[in-house]
Amino acid sequence: MRAPSKELTIDEVLGRIESGMTVGIGGWGSRRKPMALVRAILRSDLTDLHIVSYAGPDVGLLLAGGKASKVTYAFATLDSIPLEPLFSQARVERAAEFREWDEGMFQTGLRAAAQRVSFLPMRAGLGSAVLENDPDLHTVRSPYDDQEELVAVPALNLDVALVHMNRADELGNGQYLGPDPYFDDLFCMAAREAYVSTEQIIDTAGLTVDASLQSLLLNRTMVTGVVETPNGAHFTDCTPTYGRDEKFQKAYATAAKTPEDWAAFHERFLSGDEAAYQAAVTAFREEAQA
Amino acid sequence: MSDVTRSEYCAVAIADCFADDGEIMGSPMGLLPTLGARLAKNTTNPALMLTDGEARILRGTPPLGQSGDVTEGWMPFRLVLESVVPYGKRHVMMGATQIDRHGNQNISAIGPWEQPTRQLLGVRGAPGNTVNNRTSYWVPKHSARVVVEQVDIVSGIGRARAEAAGPAATKFHDVHRLVTNLGVFDFGGPGHTMRFVSVHPGVTVDEVREASGCEIHADGDVPETRTPTDGELVLIRELLDPTKLREREVPSS
Repeated sequence: MRAPSKELTIDEVLGRIESGMTVGIGGWGSRRKPMALVRAILRSDLTDLHIVSYAGPDVGLLLAGGKASKVTYAFATLDSIPLEPLFSQARVERAAEFREWDEGMFQTGLRAAAQRVSFLPMRAGLGSAVLENDPDLHTVRSPYDDQEELVAVPALNLDVALVHMNRADELGNGQYLGPDPYFDDLFCMAAREAYVSTEQIIDTAGLTVDASLQSLLLNRTMVTGVVETPNGAHFTDCTPTYGRDEKFQKAYATAAKTPEDWAAFHERFLSGDEAAYQAAVTAFREEAQA
Repeated sequence: MSDVTRSEYCAVAIADCFADDGEIMGSPMGLLPTLGARLAKNTTNPALMLTDGEARILRGTPPLGQSGDVTEGWMPFRLVLESVVPYGKRHVMMGATQIDRHGNQNISAIGPWEQPTRQLLGVRGAPGNTVNNRTSYWVPKHSARVVVEQVDIVSGIGRARAEAAGPAATKFHDVHRLVTNLGVFDFGGPGHTMRFVSVHPGVTVDEVREASGCEIHADGDVPETRTPTDGELVLIRELLDPTKLREREVPSS
């Protein structure tokens, strides 16, 4: 007997997400984001999602597409372009409810959820506007001699986590090959169900043939389903499989500046399925080279 | 060596911020802070630990814009947030879209929180940085819009706010310096308010006050920022920034 395969299609993953859910998205800024799954949410009928993310274009797109009614974040950036234009627009237009935490608090909130405790104490946030602007945050007093008052960071409990790995096997073991795991294991453990998109599903034995043991970030107990999405983190960084597509990201950020340009960008790249997106990206690349 | 530029004065003023830190991790955000921290590592504080801005700790100090060097360690974001910041062996130099007389910094948004007129990066790690480890700030264009009486959204916290939040917030609170294109400041004025440390050569105290949106305290005559040594100028010009990226951030007028 062997463990059953968890391989799914993009549509099957989408079938597991419901309107109103809290959805955590892995990666960091414009790095190793599960963009194929984000694009699938954009095409879907889903609404009223609470997105929890170290935000990049994932959050910008979901806000612009009217999919997110609430966002929990610590920053929003495209990394090589400092600000995420669609996110900035949504903030200024008050297009959703926003909860902005310190980035260490954010990690602590994921850790609390992963450890199934309601909060974890930490120093970050004390004295800052974070505590003033989020009325759900409370402090807690140490029961020990120091009696210090610390921030009680509440658990960031997720219904669903979406993360992207360089490689995985069909059982749900996930591997990152770049320099930084980000927080993808915590996202998976903070969620009731975790779905991994990956550049490549390979045989289990292949995972450690050419990569270190420590690159196996996700074990299968953390993972509900796996979906192969080649170039699925595009246009974010997925090193060493591919770097950020800077030309494309620039085109995205430029188009986001006016409704007309954004409509044209959306029509060209985001109006079809994932295969249509990848074909449009290939055409964009060929144009840029010509 | 003559013709020291303003950006070079800024670089040594920033390097001096890291001089007494010993064996800690420097986290310079942005171009001039990176130049200054790499300069400090080559001069006053060879024990300083610096990364490539991503996940690698570098043994040496590559030129600005480059990150290739011997790797001496691993520093992914998770370790910065759960180990380095709370552990405290770190000196971060952040930017500030606004910084006020009381040492509060804003990188979150301009205007009211509920509906800002301009969204910036978000608070990022500023709240945690300021209550856990030494923090300095870099402002490349000192103006009354940046140096203000009160910031809109407090991201990094100054002393008065730390004290109001209690002992857990003051225990490791250490806002060290503000370096701008006009001068160097600390928060040693009355009630931990902004105070002149020095003005860069070619800048007067009055010019700084004119360019500021809040009062800045002066303890008597304000000295000039020190001149870089010949050795420092060689390091800046030939090793650390041969393509003069520093001039883009602080142009010579």
